[in-house]
Amino acid sequence: MAGRAVPLTVGLAVLLLTFGPLAMVAAHAQGGWGADGPALRFTVLQAALSAVISVALAVPVARALARRHFRGRGALIALLGAPFLLPVIVAVLGLLAVFGRAGLVNQALGTVGLSIPIYGLHGVVLAHVFLNMPLAVRLILQGWQAIPAERMRLALSLGLGPRDIARHLERPMLKAVLPGTLAVIFAICLTSFAVALTLGGGPRATTVELAIYQSLRFQFDLGRAASLAALQFLLCAAAVLLAGRFAAPSGFGRGLDRVIPFAPAGWRRSADAAVLTLATLFLAVPLAMVAWRGLAGLGDLPPSVWGAAARSVGLALGATALTLGAALTLALSPARWAGVVATLPLAASSLVMGTGLFLALWPLLPPERVALPVTLVVNATLALPFAFRILHPAAQTLRQDYGRLADSLGLRGMARLRWLVLPRLRAPLGFAAGVSAALSMGDLGVIALFAAPDGPTLPLLVQQLMGAYRMEQAAGAALLLVVLSFALFFIFDWGGRRGSDL
Amino acid sequence: MRLLLLTAFLPAAAFAQTPTLQVMTYDSFVGEWGPGPRIEQAFEAECACNLVFTAPGDAAAMLARLKLEGARGRTDVVVGLDANLLAEAQATDLFVPHGTVPAVDLPVDWTDTTFLPFDWGWFGFVMNADMPQPHSFQELADSDLKVVIQDPRSSTPGLGLVMWMKAAHGDGAGTLWEGLADNILTVTPGWSEAYGLFTAGEADAVLSYTTSPAYHLLEEGDSGKVAPIFREGHYLQVEVAARLAASAQPELADRFLAFLLSDNAQRTIATTNWMYPARDVPLPEAFAGLPRPDKTLFLPPADAAAARDAAIAEWQAALSR
Repeated sequence: MAGRAVPLTVGLAVLLLTFGPLAMVAAHAQGGWGADGPALRFTVLQAALSAVISVALAVPVARALARRHFRGRGALIALLGAPFLLPVIVAVLGLLAVFGRAGLVNQALGTVGLSIPIYGLHGVVLAHVFLNMPLAVRLILQGWQAIPAERMRLALSLGLGPRDIARHLERPMLKAVLPGTLAVIFAICLTSFAVALTLGGGPRATTVELAIYQSLRFQFDLGRAASLAALQFLLCAAAVLLAGRFAAPSGFGRGLDRVIPFAPAGWRRSADAAVLTLATLFLAVPLAMVAWRGLAGLGDLPPSVWGAAARSVGLALGATALTLGAALTLALSPARWAGVVATLPLAASSLVMGTGLFLALWPLLPPERVALPVTLVVNATLALPFAFRILHPAAQTLRQDYGRLADSLGLRGMARLRWLVLPRLRAPLGFAAGVSAALSMGDLGVIALFAAPDGPTLPLLVQQLMGAYRMEQAAGAALLLVVLSFALFFIFDWGGRRGSDL
Repeated sequence: MRLLLLTAFLPAAAFAQTPTLQVMTYDSFVGEWGPGPRIEQAFEAECACNLVFTAPGDAAAMLARLKLEGARGRTDVVVGLDANLLAEAQATDLFVPHGTVPAVDLPVDWTDTTFLPFDWGWFGFVMNADMPQPHSFQELADSDLKVVIQDPRSSTPGLGLVMWMKAAHGDGAGTLWEGLADNILTVTPGWSEAYGLFTAGEADAVLSYTTSPAYHLLEEGDSGKVAPIFREGHYLQVEVAARLAASAQPELADRFLAFLLSDNAQRTIATTNWMYPARDVPLPEAFAGLPRPDKTLFLPPADAAAARDAAIAEWQAALSR
């Protein structure tokens, strides 16, 4: 049946790209397998804490955004995309400018003789919350938007108060949305390496990904690298399956696509205002520090930066097209495996991926010639879990609510895409495209080993500038990277939200 | 039409006759500000060849890629392997001796005939001159200074520091690491992140090279950065080049290795790679004026390889408390 063949093909391609490189590395392994107990413990602990705290903080922020309308709300929702898109080292420097030893917080505390050290498990979690809480807010906010206006109106006309609405409408929605969100953030943090080490303050904060790096680069122990990478996949798959068990479909049914803001007054109003203010400060101040540091170097950028920027944008757009196609196909599929397959790339170690692809392609093609296409495909694969997670709830609702009607009308193929899917998924598609594009701008884990000869991409150029002592220019180029990523994100996201109620 | 065709094919024809030399190196070598572009231009002017750099990452990534390529690699020459990884490199049998002991001027005797040093430097802690300067690891441990270092499991300077401590203090290294634990603000995966943290003002000092202050002096006009000299001596980093056994043009490869040690190439090293050139060539004043350690510490490649895992474990245990 044609309807099933397409998702199956896409799923197989994703699996091949996710596990193929790992298998290649394992096949070339000479040594035995290996594990790293303390690294595994720390990795799981920090990822679990980061996921739980990110989501716990995201719920009140998403609720406040869902029920309040105020000037700048759209801008704030867009801003939520920003931390997530920062290159790792830029995010770390931005956070340290606020929470670091010489940062704003400790400078202020220093005037009263106090200081709070940032380095340690709490620093790792703080950074991961900064990077992932906004994503959680957006995912949860989608859940709120998906509560049909008719339900809300019925609840209000029945005289339900905020507490009852929370119980009958909001909690069921959260039960559907939170497990998946937790699993995604847990999986993202599983592969953390530079953030965990730098903010963790030393070898206490060794993650599995660092052990993989060490095995591949310094020990050339492919067996150990492959077994550690397999371990990451197992953890990720376990998290996704566990989330699937706990996630209850909300079953609100369809409505007429309007959102009735339910805006209780009184202390809840002040609480929402406080929540939004704090969240904005937490996210915007480090971002402002990144911008501030980058501005000085922006006027002093080498001419090669523009070529690099063009290459990166081209790569990002290509990867976005691939990601959206794959994510939409899998998100519309009713099969449960689709969710697991689409989430597994999150736990892929980009180093193992790069090494495995190199091993696979090396006998066939000169690596430098395939550097850009390989990067494009890898970036598309790595962005897939995010695009999928964004599209999945809306796509499933669409399938449940309109699938039978569309089938009975014989609406199939391109016509179905054009008349049913695209209009109804416009907002999540825009958001997914924005996130995919911005993520693809930033990744450099894979391309380096292939060594493209015709000039670096923008993230690689940032790294080269830093390696040549030119920290100010590097900060400028990083700011350019952030601005371009954010512009891509914003254009897609805004395009999707325009005309929808989100 | 025929003329058009002819001109379309001419460059390709000319290109086909020009041999191409594939040189693998680390990424900051080929950056706009690194020695790569200048060396390429100067060598191409005299070799009637086309020099192509491949840069798959840092020094460790380079060796990993050469191992992945195996014996069928197309690389002719590799530039920038770290002496601390030479035992591994030697064991791959990917490299062939270039024949003679190179005429280089290093703080240690160099007798290896496969790996040719082209620049070197001492590791050192770079800091602002207005801070109290430590002159030994013990003084650093006794101070309130907060330093940022690199992880020996992911970075060659990080590995260099662990070897430095081992070479200087042997069995006492573990105790000294424990004493240093409260001075180590944090550990980064690589040199760039650590140096970025230092220049952003987050740390008082950073593990880098004693030549790093010359960059700030020459490029930024900032004379406020220093690398205090430690009494126990400083560990040496030697960067080497070598010809690969699989090279299809060994003569051209050897010519390039010889060129790396020419006056022309050696003079570009100091102000592009911010290291000491391997031969005694005139240095810019900012370099000549840098303080030099009285004592150079260096473990020969085989000793370094033998000591490495235990030294890293010692470092990890002391800093994990």
